[in-house]
Amino acid sequence: MIQLTNVTKHFGDFKALDGVSLDIPDGSLTALLGPSGSGKSTLLRVISGLEQPDTGRVEIGGEDVSGLPPQKRGIGFVFQHYAAFKHMTVRDNVAFGLSIRKRPKEEIRTRVDELLGVVGLEGYAERKPSQLSGGQRQRMALARALAVEPSVLLLDEPFGALDAKVRAELRGWLRRLHDEVHVTTVLVTHDQEEAMDIADRVAVLDHGTIQQVGGPRELYDKPATPFVMSFLGPVTTVGGIMVRPHDVTLSAEPSNGALEAQVARVVHLGFEVRVELELPLGEQVSVQLTRGEAEQLELKAGDIVYVRTEHGVTVSA
Amino acid sequence: MTRRWGLRLVVIAYLGGLLLAPVGLVFYRTFQHGFSEFWDSITTPAAIHAFQLTIELALIAVPLNAIFGVAMALALVRGKWRGKPLMEAIIDLPFAVSPVIIGLAMLLVFGRQGWIHLPFQVIFALPGMALATVFVSLPFVVGEVAPVLHEIGDEQEQAASTLGATRWQTFRRITLPSIRWGLAYGITLSVARAVGEFGAVSVVSGHIAGKTDTLTLLVQSRYENFDVKGAYAASALLAVLALGTLFVMTLTRREDT
Repeated sequence: MIQLTNVTKHFGDFKALDGVSLDIPDGSLTALLGPSGSGKSTLLRVISGLEQPDTGRVEIGGEDVSGLPPQKRGIGFVFQHYAAFKHMTVRDNVAFGLSIRKRPKEEIRTRVDELLGVVGLEGYAERKPSQLSGGQRQRMALARALAVEPSVLLLDEPFGALDAKVRAELRGWLRRLHDEVHVTTVLVTHDQEEAMDIADRVAVLDHGTIQQVGGPRELYDKPATPFVMSFLGPVTTVGGIMVRPHDVTLSAEPSNGALEAQVARVVHLGFEVRVELELPLGEQVSVQLTRGEAEQLELKAGDIVYVRTEHGVTVSA
Repeated sequence: MTRRWGLRLVVIAYLGGLLLAPVGLVFYRTFQHGFSEFWDSITTPAAIHAFQLTIELALIAVPLNAIFGVAMALALVRGKWRGKPLMEAIIDLPFAVSPVIIGLAMLLVFGRQGWIHLPFQVIFALPGMALATVFVSLPFVVGEVAPVLHEIGDEQEQAASTLGATRWQTFRRITLPSIRWGLAYGITLSVARAVGEFGAVSVVSGHIAGKTDTLTLLVQSRYENFDVKGAYAASALLAVLALGTLFVMTLTRREDT
């Protein structure tokens, strides 16, 4: 378990972390999710020892590591831009941690071959990083971090520099790898879809504080703050209440508690239809319907409809 | 097409007129009357001593500047401290200040009426000349290594530390291999500068023939004593030393890629 207690960190006048406390259970895959400048990367670097907090405590596996340098924390770290050792072959990159630990040559060789198999880079051992694609470099970096059998694997926006297709591929691959290896993993991302897809726990950060921690569904269904609600998916505001666009229902007939609105625009997005409405007070509302629902209502610009928001997730804005 | 050729011609004419022609002329004059005359001229006791002294000074100054140059570049690029701009300016001082002034300053500090008195002789002896050589060749390694350090960034070093490497291991196995070409180039320039240094060494050496004359000083003293052929021979030897250094570097660099 990783235990952070009241961690603060300043960079000059900027407060990167403002009293963060967080428990990360053993064997979990936890995502630190937040916009840029929210402190998520700083938090990861504090766990790794690459950054020293101003105050607060960091424990890994029950041991206080606050004063320890990264070398002595038993971690593996993967950087957004791979941090490949450019002058070394893929084999020497992966072997680096083991050769620092002065393991026997034969053992290193076997272990590196095994890891290259795990990350799907068999046959690339004698290449230089410059001869690999971005996705391959990141898999090499993962093998390098896993080689030393860390108790904690820390990933700083590991797929951020890759294109969308490779990113989705590696995401699924990392998830499967985690299911096999079970090493406690912390992943930093600004992409809510990535966090929801890959992590079994998500901690949402904003302005250096933790907004909410929980499973992906829990966060989506029960957001604790307007920030979490709006960061985890699209929202629209109806009568001062935040709601998901697909949780708004429209009808042609007035009913109790429904608000009257005028259709400003109907946008067909394949299976989905986005309807932009205007309430009498000038409030703009965006609603998401299925194609069937939209066709049934026969919506067109200028129509009057009635808006209800009583089911689904709502947060007072 | 024609414009590009025009530019090339300008460059070639400029380099040819200012660099290649004079150096070529030195070689021509040197070997005009055959190799044996040249050989005799560079194997006199004074010439051999000057040659040895030049090499000796370079062997003292260049390793010192290589080590401190890398350390200073690390401090400047990786360190977080105030006064870095001031430090950078100080390091470039040997470029800005004429070597003669440096020599005179050393006379003031270490000379007979100077501020500092050491138990051994500094001025008109090897220590002073070594110090002057170190001073004038100081900025080259820093100047070549610092931009490379800047460019490679510190992520690889951070990665090494998370993999368990100590600071020294990280330096040896990650930083040093990454900066090796910058370092090699800086060393080459330092060697060329140390071997060719005239002004500062001239002031602090006292021109004691057969004792504190380096090759450059030998060229001057031979020329002043109307031994023009001897001066050409010593010049040619100097040029060979410098060209040899450049050649070795180009060669090792090509083998790497």
